[in-house]
Amino acid sequence: MRWLVRLAILALIVVAVGLWLTRPRTDAPDLLAGLVPDADNGEQVFHAAGCASCHQPEKATDETRLVLSGGQRFPSPFGTFAAPNISSDPEAGIGGWSALDLWNALHHGTSPEGRHYYPVFPYGSYTRMAPQDVVDLHAFLETLPADPTPNAAHDVPFPFSMRTALGGWKLLFLNDDWVMQGDLSPQLERGRYLVEAMGHCAECHSPRNLLGGLKTGADWMSGAPNPAGRGSFPDLTPPEMSWSESDLVEYFTSGFTPDFDTAGGHMALVVENLAHLPEADRAAIAAYVKALPLD
Amino acid sequence: MSFSRSLVLGLSGAALVAGALFAASHAEKNPAVEARKSLMQLMAFNLAPIGAMAKDEMPYDAETASTAAGNLLTLSRVSVGPMFPEGSDSFSRDDTRALPEIWDDMAGFSAHLSDLTAAAEAMVTAAGTDLDALKQAMQPLGGACGGCHKDFRQPE
Repeated sequence: MRWLVRLAILALIVVAVGLWLTRPRTDAPDLLAGLVPDADNGEQVFHAAGCASCHQPEKATDETRLVLSGGQRFPSPFGTFAAPNISSDPEAGIGGWSALDLWNALHHGTSPEGRHYYPVFPYGSYTRMAPQDVVDLHAFLETLPADPTPNAAHDVPFPFSMRTALGGWKLLFLNDDWVMQGDLSPQLERGRYLVEAMGHCAECHSPRNLLGGLKTGADWMSGAPNPAGRGSFPDLTPPEMSWSESDLVEYFTSGFTPDFDTAGGHMALVVENLAHLPEADRAAIAAYVKALPLD
Repeated sequence: MSFSRSLVLGLSGAALVAGALFAASHAEKNPAVEARKSLMQLMAFNLAPIGAMAKDEMPYDAETASTAAGNLLTLSRVSVGPMFPEGSDSFSRDDTRALPEIWDDMAGFSAHLSDLTAAAEAMVTAAGTDLDALKQAMQPLGGACGGCHKDFRQPE
């Protein structure tokens, strides 16, 4: 019987270590100490990070685009996720959050209550955002209207309904290293920040492995099926991506493709966001795209 | 004739008729659908020189730009009502991405067309001014096109 007791103790240790390794992480307040919020820059961050695309209400108009009441649904092989209310309402939204709460959500995928968020919230990209930008974004979000719409529940079946397991996903796939490595020009560095941290382009344009982790290397940005089941997201690497840098800048500005069709689907919302950025930022994103593929 | 044989014959006959009806409803071109696609092509054709100038792929020329912008404005004013008859939506036909929402919300659809006319008017002025003005006018013009596509065109 002794071996059984030993086995049980070993199992307990493994579980305890596993839970400890996969616990929802947070940072201490001193990380953001001394950073002075700049809501104007926060507005740029807001557009660059594309917050409104997912958190605006269904069929938003120009008037309701900044009412971040949530409710859009995102079907995937793991279940259907509902975007939460991130308006400034202190009860229904995130009006009660500190800048540190926002940092922990964006950088660690951890809620103020200490729960794991599902990676449908693209903290796998946002984890690369700079602390100052998060503080600025927090200041800007406070200026947006409050909306009392309660959060809709995700429709995620077992086993994906177990959020504890998301700690394992984070252990495997969440890190804030840059994907594009090497000596980059200032423009490419800016492009990399906009693409890999804020724009979270890879979340749609890169294929995923069986566990939903983004594939990097030569697969990075090489297109992927739409998790909603219909169609696919375009390959941004050559030869499929044959647009010139100025074609890309025009697309990010006006939405016009080189054939003078317009951006469709979710990309139309991305273009709406990018139109708010300075032209130099759109050019930096175009430069990043033209620097693909990675080795 | 046995019952099973007549059943088989009857079923295959029904299948043939259904197949023919299906083919007729899908393969036959609808002039209204073709007309609105042509209208889109005419718009794209006239956007091409303006876009090439905005992208610095072609030297700015006020006359060429103004002519193209004028054509766009004219095209934006075409009465498209007859091009959208009942039953010519993307749920009824394979050869169109025009969502049924167009017919549910004709007022919203018309509002988008008015936006396009306003953006084209602004482009006419900008195209005759200078290259900077032309570049500035691209965003609202693309926004007008994309705004309608976002609401009323089925994504690919």
